Amino acid sequence: MSGFDLMESPLFTYALRLGDDALILAQRLSEWASRAPEIEEDIALTNIALDLLGQARTLLDYAGVVEGEGRDEDDLAYLRTEREFFNVHLVEQENGDFAHTIARQLFFSTYQLALYEELLSSSDETLAGVAAKGVKEAAYHHDHAMQWTMRLGDGTEDSHQRMQAAADRLWPYTAEMFEPDDVEKSLVGKGIAVDAASLKPRWDRSIAEVFSSATLTMPHSVWFSHGGRRGVHTECFGYLLAEMQYLHRIHPGASW
Amino acid sequence: MPDPELPMVTIGDLGIVRDVSTADGRVEIVLTPTYSGCPATEVIRDDVREALRRHGFSDVIIRTALTPAWTTDWITEAGRRKLAANGIVPPSPAGSVIDLSLGVRCPRCGSVETKLVSRFGSTPCQAMYRCTNCLEPFDRVKPH
Repeated sequence: MSGFDLMESPLFTYALRLGDDALILAQRLSEWASRAPEIEEDIALTNIALDLLGQARTLLDYAGVVEGEGRDEDDLAYLRTEREFFNVHLVEQENGDFAHTIARQLFFSTYQLALYEELLSSSDETLAGVAAKGVKEAAYHHDHAMQWTMRLGDGTEDSHQRMQAAADRLWPYTAEMFEPDDVEKSLVGKGIAVDAASLKPRWDRSIAEVFSSATLTMPHSVWFSHGGRRGVHTECFGYLLAEMQYLHRIHPGASW
Repeated sequence: MPDPELPMVTIGDLGIVRDVSTADGRVEIVLTPTYSGCPATEVIRDDVREALRRHGFSDVIIRTALTPAWTTDWITEAGRRKLAANGIVPPSPAGSVIDLSLGVRCPRCGSVETKLVSRFGSTPCQAMYRCTNCLEPFDRVKPH
């Protein structure tokens, strides 16, 4: 939808952004079901997806309440078009090989953990509540990603190369998580939102430590991808939505 | 009322029933989810409603409270005993994210020679272990 005014209700936009990050990453991770390298990992990735889906449900439900037009979590997940999703590009990137999925997990969970820790003191009761539950889950996801990054980075020659290639490939998608804009600024002033840019030094330090232990080289990039926060997405996103929304669109209101 | 996924314990044992109040024949129950995406949450809500209906309470409000967030420290002593009696190792005190899992005792042979197989198990709240003494696999409710 063009002409969507992000500033009409900054809280609505903000709740969608947080909810969409969780929802889209949950969708990507669930693509691993029955395809992970080993059964324990199959269960791990889908459990992480489940945590994120739970967070997304609360956030989208809340966005619907804030909007006040009667849309529920299903309407918002299944009936919005590509330009109405506000997740960062990182979470929509394809799974790639296992190293790519782990690099994406490491980059995102490090950010989400820091974000939720700050969001705990939000003046918005629902956002603080999501953070209170989510912070424990994010810590677990972060731990999982960190352990695998070290195991792959400091593993065999092949696993090291793949982990490095994955980190290099996804690096340009990391800056967007910390980009400030008017939506966020207007809510930070009221003590509702987290100033994401303030999380960046901590994120950088944490990633550098993990990379050092994993014998990986810190990636660098001359370009960074952005636009997700205002509804402009990368090519792979349309395909993800098509799969995620197909059933609900062809059988509206279908339930188990 | 039994938990749908860990039926040896009640939802009271798990500490997810946060409040029960009645006023003018209306019952209000406050529940809290264990994990954000725990699939049992909705089943529990339906089960509570049905159980109250069977006992003659039709005017029921079930609220979900996200804060304070559930912690495994709220599992009662009785709940811990029931888990252990069913071969599931109860959690140690929560608070440390990096659970070193030292001294996790095999529920079958009692050996502490056990190994974490995966931090993620058959339900969101459990992790998988294996005993290197008797070789049996077992579950443990992870500190959360």
